[in-house]
Amino acid sequence: MRSRGGRIGLIAQAAALAGAALASAAFIGEAAAREPELSGFAAIEVRIFPSDPQFPQQETAVVQPSLALQPEVRWDIDEDQRITFIPFARLDSADTERTHADLRELNYLYDGGEWDVRVGFAKVFWGVAESRHLVDIINQTDLIESADEEDKLGQPMVNANVLTEIGTFSGFVMPFFRERTYPGIEGRPGFPIPVREDDAVFESPDGESHVDWAARWQMRVGAFDIGLAHFSGTGREPRLVTTVVPGTGPALVPHYDLIEQSSIDAQATLDAWLLKLEAIARSGQGDSFAAVTTGFEYTLYQVFESSADLGLISEYHYDGRDDTAPFTLFDNDLMVGARLAFNDIDDSSVLLGAINDLETGTTVMTLEAATRIADGFKLEIEARAFPYVANGATESAFGRDHMLEIRLQRFF
Amino acid sequence: MRRIFYSTLTLLALAGPAAHAETPEERGLAIAQEADRRNQGWVDSKVDLRMILRNAQGESSERSMKLRALEVISDTEGDKSLTYFLSPADVEGTALLSFTRITEADDQWLYLPALKRVKRIASANKSGSFVGSEFAFEDLLAQEVGRFTYKFLREEPCPTEESKGLTCFVSERFPVYENSGYTKQISWVDSAEYRVWQLDLYDRKEEHSKTLTFSDYRQYQDKFWRAHTLDMVNLQSNKSTTLAFGDYSLNAGVDQSEFDADALSRLR
Repeated sequence: MRSRGGRIGLIAQAAALAGAALASAAFIGEAAAREPELSGFAAIEVRIFPSDPQFPQQETAVVQPSLALQPEVRWDIDEDQRITFIPFARLDSADTERTHADLRELNYLYDGGEWDVRVGFAKVFWGVAESRHLVDIINQTDLIESADEEDKLGQPMVNANVLTEIGTFSGFVMPFFRERTYPGIEGRPGFPIPVREDDAVFESPDGESHVDWAARWQMRVGAFDIGLAHFSGTGREPRLVTTVVPGTGPALVPHYDLIEQSSIDAQATLDAWLLKLEAIARSGQGDSFAAVTTGFEYTLYQVFESSADLGLISEYHYDGRDDTAPFTLFDNDLMVGARLAFNDIDDSSVLLGAINDLETGTTVMTLEAATRIADGFKLEIEARAFPYVANGATESAFGRDHMLEIRLQRFF
Repeated sequence: MRRIFYSTLTLLALAGPAAHAETPEERGLAIAQEADRRNQGWVDSKVDLRMILRNAQGESSERSMKLRALEVISDTEGDKSLTYFLSPADVEGTALLSFTRITEADDQWLYLPALKRVKRIASANKSGSFVGSEFAFEDLLAQEVGRFTYKFLREEPCPTEESKGLTCFVSERFPVYENSGYTKQISWVDSAEYRVWQLDLYDRKEEHSKTLTFSDYRQYQDKFWRAHTLDMVNLQSNKSTTLAFGDYSLNAGVDQSEFDADALSRLR
């Protein structure tokens, strides 16, 4: 219960901090008399698993509904200052671990024109690629929200950015670590044995309180957008180590290592071509290794005599990590995909993709589609299928977890 | 008497060479340059607008956005603009930053607030629909003089209700930037204030496909005329889009650092 208790404790602390911040800001901002603005969304989601689960403890229901709520409060105290508060919660019918809450954002922003400072729980994105976010390291993945690693937990930080003629310089100090969320024993996709987040092991003697830091420079010159970054601290990806806990049987225990990671991300935008590169060099998890994601997106405009645009995407992934580093699906993989943006009133789009492991042949197919069905209502469909999974591959744990997810979001 | 004589002489001296040597191309360019000259010096602008989209059945939907622009006076670079979506709710906070160039490719970045992601997007998409409307990206980009070549056609009474009684210069203009969806545009510009009242847009098949009309002109700072209603009608699909602008703030002291892709993540 340590982690769970810790997580809720953290949110409670943050909420208290938010209250205090809002109260003091209310005092300061009286003269400005700007009102906080409420927006956000509520969602009903259904996950459909057509195949029986692989492991006996997993939920057998084919249809697994859940509810999610994300209110967003933004308060522009004046022209230069803002407080943002974005909690998130999900209630899941199948997996008790997926019933969870997080503080996505609770931060204070000061916008000084050529510079800005952000303090609190915040979200930061780095990178250019579509099928793997290799260099994106500031925020922990909320893996239980989605296996695609695109949902992130709020990261406590002090972040400063300075915009100059020779690029933007950013610094991050992160005083508290967020642990990755994992599905429970009932959850799909999941593991044959439980993941014991409560027993997580940290390389740093300070555990979750180790202070991580990161620095980034990015510049946009002509057709090129380039970023260089370094991260030093507890790596966001844990190793899952099979551990026998007396009395409870074997379990997977997350081990979080101290790492150093340098990265580059770059995009060249040439006519209808986007050429993309992300690369990292990391030490601290087995032998030092490098990993690369590179590819392109080429867009055909107004296809089929319509206003729709068709983007053709391909990305190659290489990852040189050894077996003692956290497992990755992207060791030597090729992704191909197509994105159809309808350019219609309802902002409809479809993204179809496939990732193939060039060594084992394991293939994952994904579909994402979205459209607005009425003012304030957005319908999203996501699907994932495993047409071929190699025998003995780590991915074989998920080979039966073909999934169709239908989500109706009400924005307010 | 002598004064009249000199005036007449001056007029002849001015009008004489023009009447003989000015080709329709030169006259078309001169009209565009004069309109551009009269619109210089607004420095920056802020305006809110509603976009009303209607299909052939008359059903409509609405978007609203804030627009910030920064005037750039240069032979190679055009204005910078920042479009921030206020509604529909699911796209609130999405922003588009554009740096226009006269004939070279523009730079465009899209900010997706849910992901906190700034995406550089291909600017080849000049002719694509802007967020499902009848406006193409190129219709909304700064109408820099150097983006077209011109040909003066004729003078005639201005075509719209609001411009009734004025005389309009009718000219053709031809896009010289790459990836335009138009082969030709015909413009009606009044001779009094050089305001554009109508644009007929000819598609790649050289067919008159869309008509854009400008109305609700109001003058700011005794100098700058701004149309507050733009109606784009697609003659082929019978769809239409109206842009309804609120009051403009010109020379408003917009912070230049807002027009930086690395500042987009502050927006939301």
